[in-house]
Amino acid sequence: MLQIDLWKRVLIILTCAAGLYLALPNAFYGPVEQHNDAIKAMDVAGATPELEAQAALWPDFLPEQLVNLGLDLRGGAHLLAEVNVAEVYANRMEAAWPEVRDVLRSITPVRRVDAPEGELRVRINDAAKLAEALEATRTLARPVQTITGAGQNDIVVSGAEDIISVVLSDAEKLATDERTMQQSLEIIRRRIDEVGTREPTIQRQGSDRILIQVPGIGSAAELKAIIGTTAQLTFNPVVNRGADENASPGLGNSLLPDAESAGVFYIIETAPVVTGEQLVDAQPSFDQNGRPAVSFRFDTTGARKFGTYTAENIGAPFAIVLDNEVISAPTIQSAIPGGSGIITGNFSVEESTNLAVLLRAGALPAGLTFVEERTIGPELGQDSIDAGKIATTVAFIAVLFFMWASYGLFGFFANIALVVNVCMIFGLLSLIGATLTLPGIAGIVLTVGMAVDANVLIFERIREELKTAKGPARAISLGYERALSAILDANITTFIIAVILFVLGSGPVRGFAVTLGIGIITSVFTAYFVTRLMVVFWFERARPKTITV
Amino acid sequence: MKRLRLIPDETNFDFFKHAKFTFGASCVAVVLALAVWFTMGLNYGIDFRGGTTLRTQSETAVDVAAYRAAMEPLGLGDISISEVFDPTSDDSKHVAMVRIQAQEGEEAATPEMIAAVEGALKTVAPNIIFTSVESVGPKVSGELIQTAFLAVGASLAAILIYIWLRFEWQFSVGAVAALFHDVILTIGIFSALQIRFDLPVIAAILTIIGYSINDTVVIFDRLRENLRKYKKRPLRDVMNISVNETLSRTLMTSGTTLLALIALLVLGGDVIRGFVFAITWGVVVGTYSSVYVAKNVVLFLGVKRDWTKKDNNTGQYANIDA
Repeated sequence: MLQIDLWKRVLIILTCAAGLYLALPNAFYGPVEQHNDAIKAMDVAGATPELEAQAALWPDFLPEQLVNLGLDLRGGAHLLAEVNVAEVYANRMEAAWPEVRDVLRSITPVRRVDAPEGELRVRINDAAKLAEALEATRTLARPVQTITGAGQNDIVVSGAEDIISVVLSDAEKLATDERTMQQSLEIIRRRIDEVGTREPTIQRQGSDRILIQVPGIGSAAELKAIIGTTAQLTFNPVVNRGADENASPGLGNSLLPDAESAGVFYIIETAPVVTGEQLVDAQPSFDQNGRPAVSFRFDTTGARKFGTYTAENIGAPFAIVLDNEVISAPTIQSAIPGGSGIITGNFSVEESTNLAVLLRAGALPAGLTFVEERTIGPELGQDSIDAGKIATTVAFIAVLFFMWASYGLFGFFANIALVVNVCMIFGLLSLIGATLTLPGIAGIVLTVGMAVDANVLIFERIREELKTAKGPARAISLGYERALSAILDANITTFIIAVILFVLGSGPVRGFAVTLGIGIITSVFTAYFVTRLMVVFWFERARPKTITV
Repeated sequence: MKRLRLIPDETNFDFFKHAKFTFGASCVAVVLALAVWFTMGLNYGIDFRGGTTLRTQSETAVDVAAYRAAMEPLGLGDISISEVFDPTSDDSKHVAMVRIQAQEGEEAATPEMIAAVEGALKTVAPNIIFTSVESVGPKVSGELIQTAFLAVGASLAAILIYIWLRFEWQFSVGAVAALFHDVILTIGIFSALQIRFDLPVIAAILTIIGYSINDTVVIFDRLRENLRKYKKRPLRDVMNISVNETLSRTLMTSGTTLLALIALLVLGGDVIRGFVFAITWGVVVGTYSSVYVAKNVVLFLGVKRDWTKKDNNTGQYANIDA
């Protein structure tokens, strides 16, 4: 009959309370946002009275997670960049040439000949030694370091008459693509972090694309300028090391701060020995004594320059400079002729890993092509928010009135459930850190319209059951029970649509799918369980002999 | 207390009385919509055909001819300029959309091109601001249109399967026929009125599918229940009973949804107007199709009536255990 177990009652009420609690910060969006920004700023730069005051705008014990506003509401820039991954193959072959030359030189003189991009072709003088030459070249191959590519080598060497051809293997190409993408993401993230905007989104999309969304930036062109700049990674000779930030560096030198420890400054020669553009790879490794180190490799020109310089300057420090900060200033311990070397220092394993990442992240590994860009001005975003607020309020009031006029007290119950529903949508959106977009607002308005559907189904059913006169309690109970299958079927089909939209959609459309999907779940909960609880509470107190729905 | 009623409590409409006319009208409408679609085509936004749009806002009235003349010397190919009217905006805001075709050999617009366009328009309207600039390369737009069709197709397939599992196959054919009707009519109206057809409109079409199926399922659910209740009555009568019983709910739900949508359509700003228009249109068409299309198809296909007896066509070996 018309009963709900105590534990179910408590659970329903607690769920509603949790939803309301999580939604609370969104009602005070401005102050909470300032509070969150202030906390973040204090983490980075320490507390100031100003920041303390901002942080105090919202008490710490309350939840502080907000619904993110999408670019179409906040304004900002959106870029979709395609990474030209194939460029890296050519670079790799370029770097392989000296190695190949060195191993073949002892067998027969070789000459490099023209080849399509991504392939290395050499002509050997003595065609009779082809087999021997091939074997020697194959010794350069290294196993591919991925799970899928296990057991395969990174290069494929083939030969015909007097020509030896070297290309990357398919497994190595895949692994290289993966690395290229990781590096591109990393460097883009670092670059955008430097601009210091709030919550940028940098995501990989598909196999070779990167989505970059930066709220609050003036235009996509500005964003392109940041991402498109070449990385400022250089290897410079160190003149002096000190703690005076006003020291005069002298002609041809520059004064740069240390990246790790504050108050440490280096005077370096401004002209670099080599730059990050000449770096092919960097990996964390260990030196002869088992201490963490970073191994790196230069391309041909870089290798030559670096080899000459290190041979002449053993025992002297040189600086690795990234974005005008000295990230490390190791001492040259031996000449490094082959273009690959090892950086030792006071590294922990973590530090060496980081340094390797930094070195790789120094330059974008491949060029970017921008295939989509959108800029939304903050004025338009604010206009959309304002219009959305008015429309939502009007829609809300109209629906509330309509329900009350149609179903009286029961309509009033449904209205309370509807209010709880919208709060829960915001609560859940905040909890999962979802992004609210303009179509997302439309999704909420649509949910408001459709959320009452479940209640309409139930109330219409109760009306019908009342006609067969089994008493009000029985009619209410049957109404809820018998409407359930229609409610479930109707909402599951809509939910399927929301999932498809989420999987296939992007940007604002995805925001719409999220609000639609969450709205379906919360509306079934509030329209079915919450109204039922209210009806039961009311029924237990009033004990009406007859009811009108 | 007097309650608001959209229709009397007890209704007894014969929804099949004009079945030939209503179903015929639906068929004609679908054919018409297809004809319009194929002859006039859709006014694709940059999402689907690539190119660049700039949204401009100025205090002086938009002079389309002057804008066009200013941009002519840049040689950017096909340019379309349209003024945007919004009932909620005041006189100080004159908004226009400028669309430039995708440039040869470029993916997204170059900063130089955008700067040139902005400079040219500033000579006409000095206080003009650019509230949004969007550019989609031909490569991405091609993929987007593919994904859009895939999404609509996947939704229809998923619903076909779900309804088939939950009901009978006749129901799922009826439901999907009604959805096709809704989707085609929506595309038709966008084509006839040449409203910009972009990514959010696809989302709207999927929402329409979701809404329309919602409506259809509620009627089917009642039909299934009544088929068990009235075993002897003809299918046509049971269907009429089911639709009449759920009519009040159908109108109430469409009513509340439309109330909310109309508020959004009028007050929600022009950025999402196309999107909201599509959903509003879909709610109207979807409600109609649940009552008049889905049901007619099910009636035409017939339904297995008696679940206690074996199906006639299961054959003589049906109950022999293998």
